[in-house]
Amino acid sequence: MSENDTGSVQEVLIKYFDGTERLAKIVDREVPYPDGKLIVSRTDPSGIITHANRAFVEMSGYSREELLGVNHYILRHPDMPAVAFKDLWDTVAQGKKWQGYVKNLRKDGAYYWVKATVIPNIRNGELVGYTSVRRKPSRSKIKESEALYETLR
Amino acid sequence: MTLNLSVSPDFPPAHLSGWFIFNTWLQRQLGTGVHLELYDSFEEQREDIRSGKIDLIYANPYDASMLVRELGFKVLVRPRNRADETVIAVRKDDGRNAVEDLQPGITVATTADPDVHIMGMIMLESADLDKSNVTFREYDNYVLVAKALLNGQADVGFFLKAGYDELSELVRSKTKSLVDSQISVVHHTLVAGPRMQEHIELLTERLLNMEEDLKGREVLKSMGLDGWDRMEDEQTEFMIDLIDTLID
Repeated sequence: MSENDTGSVQEVLIKYFDGTERLAKIVDREVPYPDGKLIVSRTDPSGIITHANRAFVEMSGYSREELLGVNHYILRHPDMPAVAFKDLWDTVAQGKKWQGYVKNLRKDGAYYWVKATVIPNIRNGELVGYTSVRRKPSRSKIKESEALYETLR
Repeated sequence: MTLNLSVSPDFPPAHLSGWFIFNTWLQRQLGTGVHLELYDSFEEQREDIRSGKIDLIYANPYDASMLVRELGFKVLVRPRNRADETVIAVRKDDGRNAVEDLQPGITVATTADPDVHIMGMIMLESADLDKSNVTFREYDNYVLVAKALLNGQADVGFFLKAGYDELSELVRSKTKSLVDSQISVVHHTLVAGPRMQEHIELLTERLLNMEEDLKGREVLKSMGLDGWDRMEDEQTEFMIDLIDTLID
């Protein structure tokens, strides 16, 4: 848990790139990343979740049924700058691997930090989706990312 | 035509004879000669795979990527309930109790087992440790990794969980785990090469039915396995994609 967490609760309107928006509860409380686990998900080419492993279900706070079929941006925390996700999509659209630190929003409004790696899934030369694998980040990388993202919002 | 079977060098030594028994079983099922070629070195085995000397291999997940995507091999089955997990351990009397307690400059005892090494390094990342600030000592097997820990030649050891669990009670009691991976979808697979094409259907069926008869169960037991589960192509691709995300 971050030493700067206040536990404050607020409602924030999150606007997504596709024009949709939702009012989300944001709680300033970090849920620590579990040791030894990888959070794994897959999406179709448009970002709709098609696979969620148990660690993803546990950390996100959503049930597997709630995750499957919705856009991966359901995890997007308002503290994350849009430019970080633009970089992600620009990179994977070129068929390359993207890696970065991401603050994710849980269903209960709390957050968790991950080091995320996203790769395009190519089958018979065709893009069929993306695999995202998240692992435990170090505290120093989280601090660096918090400082960086604050300048980009 | 004699076919060549091989096994990833990270198999537990206790099951060496099991692979010879499996080889005999295999020849009976296929009605053809099969030669079992074992290796101590991962790299030497990879060279022989690349030069087309191997037709069927019990491969570690890292090599499965090369076999399937570069060399056109096909994954047939995986061992049931045998996910490859990694343990990072220290001496029991070590004051460090979590990965985050580790500092730059530590010495890591590891093996050439690519999956375990990669996963071990990933689990050290949360302490800001990487190849630039740790020293590696590579050993031939997990018993030697444990010895290096106990005699103070290394601060931490990377173990395949199955290898850690097979250490003697005495040795394990002198160590403690800082972290165990819980990935569950990365595992060894039995992978067939292009010259196996005509045998794939029959072999897969026989493998899946091995546990149904007494002889088959005995062979499985000698290899330390419970049975085989079919791997569909997409399951294989999923595992390989996942491993790709872990490799820098």
